[in-house]
Amino acid sequence: MSKSKQTGKGRQKREKSIRIVFFGVALASITTLFLIALFLFMEGIPIFKDVTVIDFVFGKYWYPTDDPPAFGIFPLILASIAVTVVSSAISIPLGVLTALYLSEGASASVREWVKPVVELLAALPSVVIGFFGMVIVAPVLQETLNIPTGLNLFNASLMLAFMSIPTICSLSEDAIFSVPVELKEASLALGATRWETIARVIFPASISGICTAVILGMSRAMGETMVVLMVAGGATMIPTSLFDPVRPMPASIAAEMAEAPFQGEHYYALFATAIILFLFTLAFNVIAEQISHRYRQVGAATL
Amino acid sequence: MKIKGIAVPAFIVAALFTVNTAWAGSIVIKGSTTVLPIAQKVSEVYMKQNPDIKISISGGGSGNGMKALIDGSTDIADSSRFIKSKEVSLAVKNGIYPVPFAVAYDCIVPVLHPTNAIVNITMAQLKDIYMGKVKNWKEIGGPDRPVVVISRDTSSGTYEVWHKKVMKKERVFPGALLQASNGAVSQAVAKNKNAIGYIGLGYMSKDVKALMVNRIVGSADTTLDGTYPISRPLYMFTPGWPKGDVLNFINFVLNPEKGQKYVSEAGYVPLY
Repeated sequence: MSKSKQTGKGRQKREKSIRIVFFGVALASITTLFLIALFLFMEGIPIFKDVTVIDFVFGKYWYPTDDPPAFGIFPLILASIAVTVVSSAISIPLGVLTALYLSEGASASVREWVKPVVELLAALPSVVIGFFGMVIVAPVLQETLNIPTGLNLFNASLMLAFMSIPTICSLSEDAIFSVPVELKEASLALGATRWETIARVIFPASISGICTAVILGMSRAMGETMVVLMVAGGATMIPTSLFDPVRPMPASIAAEMAEAPFQGEHYYALFATAIILFLFTLAFNVIAEQISHRYRQVGAATL
Repeated sequence: MKIKGIAVPAFIVAALFTVNTAWAGSIVIKGSTTVLPIAQKVSEVYMKQNPDIKISISGGGSGNGMKALIDGSTDIADSSRFIKSKEVSLAVKNGIYPVPFAVAYDCIVPVLHPTNAIVNITMAQLKDIYMGKVKNWKEIGGPDRPVVVISRDTSSGTYEVWHKKVMKKERVFPGALLQASNGAVSQAVAKNKNAIGYIGLGYMSKDVKALMVNRIVGSADTTLDGTYPISRPLYMFTPGWPKGDVLNFINFVLNPEKGQKYVSEAGYVPLY
């Protein structure tokens, strides 16, 4: 061992073997992802023998166990989009503004307290948040707003916002933190106030990182299962108001998979729903990647 | 080397165990997820009392249970419905004569929030509510509040009964809130004064109010004498008249002092 260390050849061999090990490790997660995607498509595609893609995606009725069954997931897709949009409307301002405050406004001692607490939100298991929404928030919403049910789109969005705030906040904060300090100092030296510096210099300089944070947060909200299963109400209808009960895709898959006969139509339809969901989150991640590439901050000169 | 030293005897012990279980009697149960809780509870107790019998249970639905019965891959098929004539002829073609045993009754009761004054409902009203035709409780003599309809996921056995007996195979309207379990329905109804839901008799609690259907209270008695309309028998089917271990197990399930005690624990109505 010590002998080979000294010779150049031994060292090269070592380098090479280490590289192979790391390559294998990197390959393992890629292979897993690939296999999962393959499985997803293999189990989902057969449904299109019975239903056309258009009827499946734009069909308005989801009655998988009826005779004859109806496999239309349009209400489920709309529900997923609706909860994602509404939860982003809540979580983006909260997350980004918290990040700006933490990195620019807060004193060191405040930051030391607030940051771990925000990140602790991410550690809360989703079933706990779901339970909170179901038992505490739903009755309060129903009583105060005098609506038929507290288990609805708005409640689910609110709970999802809680879950995506930590992602958005801590990734945004990293982006803001990486803005070169010269930029900030130059702005202040030119006589700009602190607010002007934040709004015109720091925020634009970190926008790509913030966008990535936002999109990753949204993709988290779209894929989240437990919360929407417990809180969204589960009605397979096209929502017409903020307080309608809805049934997002993950909730439908989770609730029905256990009872769907193995490799029956219903089983295939649930996997096909999962394919659609997968395509949505994939799109989110590709967009995030694009944005972070295109508008990447390279040194201080790019602004 | 050290690891090997442990692994070899461990392997031998494991091998001995598998050989052992192969010698002992084993029973395979497949089928309905509705009957599954009964099968599980009863087998747990049965295996404790007869340690040399191994029972393996899987769900998969009544249809899958029947399929396993027909191709001979199960000793007992759980089913929440009677066998279909097509299945009988398929089984007979394979030389298998299915024998049904009713093991319990499933009784589904509509429930309301305790503050709702309505005490009785007709089957027609229930159907109208679940089709989305009745939007306000005052339309059927209740308070002036919107109706929030809570139903079960369409793949559950409880929904199946509701769909058949109450809806007469019509669709529950899309605006109904679908919950994943009896517990979730009970919870949702208890928290919402506008709600109506339905749960198995065994899940009844004081947080929700049971409704009479056509002036008949849903109970074990009314289920067994057939007057309560929303109920059905649950079955275990065997390929041919059971023998040996399977016969002993079926006798245990049907015994009012033994298996039937656990039927009510699983949330169903026992036979006696």
